[in-house]
Amino acid sequence: MAVKTRRYSARDVTILVIGLGVAIVVNVGLIWGPTLASVGLSGTGWNGIGPIEWIGGRNYHDLAAEYPPFWSAVRNNVLWLGFLGLVATPFGLFCAVLLDRRLRLSRFYQSALYMPVVLSLAVVGFIAQLVYSSDYGVLNAVSGLSVDWLGDSSINIWVVMVAAAWRHVGYVMIIYLAGLKAVDPALKEAAAIDGADERQAFFRVVFPTLRPVNVIVLVITVIEALRAFDVVYAINKGRNGLELLSVLVTENIVGEASRIGFGSAIAVILLVISIGFIVTYLSQLFREER
Amino acid sequence: MTLTAPAAAPPAQERPAAPRRPVRPLRVLLHVFLGLVALGWLLPLALAVYASVRPYEETARLGYVSMPEHLTLDYYVQAWTQAELPRYYLNTLIIVVPGVVVTLFLASFTAFAIARLRVPGRKVLLIVFTAGNLLPPQVLITPLYTFYTLVPLPEWLSDSQSLYDSYLGLILIHVAFQFGFCVFVMANFMRTIPEEITEAALVDGAGVWKRYWRLTLPLCRPVLAALSTLQFTWMYNDFLWALVLMSSGDKLPVTSALNNLRGQFFTDYNLLAAGSMLVALPTLIVFQLLHKQFVAGLTLGSTKG
Repeated sequence: MAVKTRRYSARDVTILVIGLGVAIVVNVGLIWGPTLASVGLSGTGWNGIGPIEWIGGRNYHDLAAEYPPFWSAVRNNVLWLGFLGLVATPFGLFCAVLLDRRLRLSRFYQSALYMPVVLSLAVVGFIAQLVYSSDYGVLNAVSGLSVDWLGDSSINIWVVMVAAAWRHVGYVMIIYLAGLKAVDPALKEAAAIDGADERQAFFRVVFPTLRPVNVIVLVITVIEALRAFDVVYAINKGRNGLELLSVLVTENIVGEASRIGFGSAIAVILLVISIGFIVTYLSQLFREER
Repeated sequence: MTLTAPAAAPPAQERPAAPRRPVRPLRVLLHVFLGLVALGWLLPLALAVYASVRPYEETARLGYVSMPEHLTLDYYVQAWTQAELPRYYLNTLIIVVPGVVVTLFLASFTAFAIARLRVPGRKVLLIVFTAGNLLPPQVLITPLYTFYTLVPLPEWLSDSQSLYDSYLGLILIHVAFQFGFCVFVMANFMRTIPEEITEAALVDGAGVWKRYWRLTLPLCRPVLAALSTLQFTWMYNDFLWALVLMSSGDKLPVTSALNNLRGQFFTDYNLLAAGSMLVALPTLIVFQLLHKQFVAGLTLGSTKG
């Protein structure tokens, strides 16, 4: 309670203002400023040169009605999130729980699972080509099939998601493992003394104390799903079944047809989806804290 | 549950008994499962290594799953010299080292102010920073690109004379973008440090800086180790920012430079495999080195108070 009545000295205030000031300027100037600018540009037909002309909601109408890649991109992004969240993340947690004990070779297992995480997604995308390639690929050679895993637009999203999950699982695993290591061993001992088996001890005692870690993992999963870009870009520049919102934005802006206004409209859609997640998640987080 | 519990021996006596446990079938199963998973996880990498030491014409003829006729390290030599990888490694260092240090410094101070001081508006700040990091980069790429081309820099800082196509520009966007995540993680962590630690120092009249630098930060070593590992990896692996905000080929970081190995009409995937392995190597090494510190730091138990 002493803290409340305490007053900061002039030096303290200066340090705080400089430290937080730099943080705020960098954050607003490079993140939120440009984000708001995207919202503004999405109402224009700007092509990067010449005057900026306001055209209202026409970009959005064109997007929904006359731009087929948009809907497949939305579908793919949703699939991506579902796959990471419902398959890859639980599997990562499962591995972490298995590894959280004195176990010979534990370091080896951990390193193996974590290995793909330190690879760039571009490299992951390239390795996926070695595995899935229809002519020389490993999968066809081993299974005897001759499926064009990456070229068939009805299945390629699934095998690419497997490649993305390959990387995601290790990531989740290492974070949970760190969280589990920080759990007071006395808790588990107490549960064991109380006659709880390992599963009960985990779900009733350990898992609830992992709350902060769960939150971090959830955030990471959502981020990864919305940002997915490099893998598909490395494979076929995100076309033919591998459309993602992030790819469409980049294509319309950085690509040859510099349709900045139209690309910004897709960026805004991406923004709206992410803001939806962000607000839901943050409001829940901060309400519980009260 | 408590009622049915047997009057167990105190845990202190149970622990030394562990070494003479008999082999349990469950444990064997555990090893089999984990072994298979680990193997499955390593296979694609092993495949890339395997492909990188075989000539292209051989794998084109036999496929990647085949017995080797020739093994060669030529592709590594070629990747090293033809793509001038050493220079790009240096570019990456110029960007990533300041990037990680500045991000962690700025973020740890901000997290400290938010979690440990009663700064007005701290909750709003945390929300804004965290939300900012959750945005997909594509949401802000275009205006950022335009902005970067408009900001002039002196010649000694950037030979392009603008933020666009400069090391500083890339460092800045990395810092800005990763900052929110680090603040969030560290603020969460700092909240778990018992207030009493700094309260005692308060009575001694310690200022804000001392409480941050001398008292709080040393307790954050585990989270700093974890974050620097992650941040190094992320910044090293980035290719989107470099793709959009760099134009000079000779200033690209090594991950983006990998594209130099792609031919315009024909891509030698075995050469690309060798290049990818070379690019992946530093991050693999860093993880192996920091892994120990990472785990050791987290068992430090500074959350126990």
